[in-house]
Amino acid sequence: MRSKNLKAYGQEGTLVQKDSSQLRQKQMIAAHYDRLAEAEKTGEKAVYTFVPGNLTELMLAFDLLPVLPEINALQSGMRGKSRGYISAAEKLGHSEDVCTYVKCDVGMLKSGNVGPTGKHLPDPSLLLLSYTGCFTFMKWFEILKEEYDCPVVMLHVPYQADGKITDSMRNYVVDQLKTKVIPILEEVSGVPYDEDRLKGLLANSAKAEDDLVAVLEMAKNKPSPIDAYFGGVYYIGPIFTAFRGTEDAVEYYKLLRAEVEERVRLGKGPITPEGEMKEEKFRVVVEGPPNWTSFRKFWKMFADEGAVVVASSYTKVGGVYDNGFRHDPERPLESLAEYCLGCYTNLNLPSRVDMLERYMDEYQADGLLINSIKSCNSFSAGQLMILREVEKRTGKPGGFIESDLVDPRYFSAANIKNRLESYFQMIEQKREGKAKALEGTNTEETSGEVQG
Amino acid sequence: MTTKSKNPASALIGEQEALYRDYSFPEVQKWKERTGGLAVGYMPIQIPRELLHAMNVLPVGIVGAGDDIEIIRGDAYFQSYICHIPRSTIELGLNGSLDCLDGMIFPAICDVIRNLSGMWKLQFPDKFSWYLDVPQDFDPNIGGDFYRHELTEMAKELERRGAEPLSDEALSASIHIFNKHRALVQELYNLRIQKPWKVPTAELYVLLRAGLVVPVEDSIATMQRYLDLVQADEDRKPMDQARVILAGSFCEQPPLGLIRSLERAGCYIVDDDLVQVHRWIKHKTDPGTDPLGAIVTAFLSDSVESPTRYIDEGQRGEEIVQRVKDAAAEGVLFCAPSFCDPALLDQPMTVKAIEKAGIPWTGFKYSEDTGQFQVIREQAGTFADSIKLWSGV
Ligand code: SF4
Ligand code: SF4
Repeated sequence: MRSKNLKAYGQEGTLVQKDSSQLRQKQMIAAHYDRLAEAEKTGEKAVYTFVPGNLTELMLAFDLLPVLPEINALQSGMRGKSRGYISAAEKLGHSEDVCTYVKCDVGMLKSGNVGPTGKHLPDPSLLLLSYTGCFTFMKWFEILKEEYDCPVVMLHVPYQADGKITDSMRNYVVDQLKTKVIPILEEVSGVPYDEDRLKGLLANSAKAEDDLVAVLEMAKNKPSPIDAYFGGVYYIGPIFTAFRGTEDAVEYYKLLRAEVEERVRLGKGPITPEGEMKEEKFRVVVEGPPNWTSFRKFWKMFADEGAVVVASSYTKVGGVYDNGFRHDPERPLESLAEYCLGCYTNLNLPSRVDMLERYMDEYQADGLLINSIKSCNSFSAGQLMILREVEKRTGKPGGFIESDLVDPRYFSAANIKNRLESYFQMIEQKREGKAKALEGTNTEETSGEVQG
Repeated sequence: MTTKSKNPASALIGEQEALYRDYSFPEVQKWKERTGGLAVGYMPIQIPRELLHAMNVLPVGIVGAGDDIEIIRGDAYFQSYICHIPRSTIELGLNGSLDCLDGMIFPAICDVIRNLSGMWKLQFPDKFSWYLDVPQDFDPNIGGDFYRHELTEMAKELERRGAEPLSDEALSASIHIFNKHRALVQELYNLRIQKPWKVPTAELYVLLRAGLVVPVEDSIATMQRYLDLVQADEDRKPMDQARVILAGSFCEQPPLGLIRSLERAGCYIVDDDLVQVHRWIKHKTDPGTDPLGAIVTAFLSDSVESPTRYIDEGQRGEEIVQRVKDAAAEGVLFCAPSFCDPALLDQPMTVKAIEKAGIPWTGFKYSEDTGQFQVIREQAGTFADSIKLWSGV
């Protein structure tokens, strides 16, 4: 299918190209937030939950509307609201040292709970604490619990400490789903659990997941038709949030896949904030979440250098699908459990290193770049070791920059730009060294890393 | 060794301080030579030491390196915005201090320790490196089953590495020994509530720390000796100090100098979160006919209200309000490590609870290697003065 490209002005005033899939996603999101804004009138109920280990299909099977505070926080960051929200939370006694998503969310709540589309968000009827891959989640909902008069249900997902899912782990999660999560979803919604309905939703999930993986893996082409980090965050939007399991999501990913296949056929590079990338000079793998307050500026720093992110770990936080996992309608609760257990930050460090090493190889990347987030221990603790391990195993240079998710105080544009430029220069030198070595010239290779 | 003129309790504390600050772990080495058993390190806050003890494994509490060791390589493993304890622990691993240990256990308390467990696997691939996941679901048939399975798997791996098999008899006996230790620690805590001038926190802390690096039987003997000495010591006299609770220092520990500074600033610390493994389980555990089950039940229903543990019923902060009452404290000092998510995310909720109860508080952060206490000392002094002033009104 040939995609229809439209032109529109982006947030920072740049002319951007919008594909049909992007417009479709926009409509889906707008419609969802409209439903949320109307929820208090229509009687629809909202469940607040987290992206990793989200049980969207299960919530949808009870006609409940998912709300994801992480997404609200990142949107607040993109809309320039996070600085004020964070400062409001710090004034209330929240430490400057902790996760800025939490503070952004608390600040938003204290400022009237207006969502990303400028409309009011309903109070939760339930806090579904899918506790996987990040310790902060638990504290976050304990904090929200004090603000809202609603039940909380904890779904504790054990950590994959040995890089594998055991029967005991799976049973533990399934038992909690059966005896805690499903009963409270029934109670809150007034809708009985219908496994067939859940199976239908999971079948849709698997279709969308197939297409998402196909899209992400098209970055193995040269040139890559997508940017799997900056562009990637748009692609994962529907599947990581409120839409997994819906027909809308299936359609969106079908459309997206066709568009990206078309780009491959035409030999085109990715769309960037500056339009289509003409020449792919560097292929990198990125570990760590992006910065949201200067998202486009950050992206442009890569695009200006001709650097494309061909694979990223961040696009796996809400599910690692490229290792073969699919939601399975034949084993509904077991596969939901395996999904929760398999999210990226729930993998141990050795598994994360293996995964990044594999990406470096399969995507023929020139190096690994880490964007370390000041306030996110879940990602950041251990990243320096990840960097060294991947460098050691692949022989490719690593780069390290530091920023924050939604706290603009920790995005130093000049500093990051300098580091990125040096990093790309290093890749260049390394490449030249290799070329000369191939020509038989005895040249010493440049190695090392750029650190923040 | 200490001079003869020193008060005997203080002399004992001097020895114990030297012991816990000796990163060659002399008592561990001696125990290994004597018994031929395995010695396994564990990170804060809690692991069921009874289980290791029953398998003739010496549990050794590793709480970073405080302000004792210069960090040379550890900083290359962690960014500046991550707490200090993992970098000093890695430093101990890299400088050979932990070579006498046959492995490490990392309990599930936060993302830093969790990720450190994986780093350990990468750095020391041949050593036993175990992440002990603990349930946040406290239903005996769900979280209980899961925890039992985790413990059983850990025991199997230890056995594979040379520990004695786990038997009910041995486990029951170990539970009794740790009950005794726990009771003694509790007695010291109770005496401190009643007569804080008898048991200064800096001394109690030293005993608790030394108790991590020696066999439990030795720690029992030392604590009993200290208890007898201070009870008989008539030189320890009451002073006009404010009674406070120290909250938030459950993992990375404040430097001993900081604790001393707080006491010198006019605070009697009458309850705290320090070296919490000794008091994680609040009461005596009855081994019954299923001692492993008893350990699981104690974890599920008799653990302290740690910020690392989900509160499924009630509100955060209720327990600390109760502790303030039980210890007849007049205020709370929040004293948390910089960048410690569990402590710092918890603090606003706890503050809300204590403010509601009308309890005064103040807060500050530290790092295990903080060297300057002047500002904190002044803050604590002002706080203590304000308490003394208002309590007289
Ligand atoms: S600590 Fe990191 S993973 Fe956890 S909620 Fe914050 S940003 Fe997300
Ligand atoms: S000090 Fe806090 S953040 Fe650091 S390892 Fe301990 S519990 Fe985790």
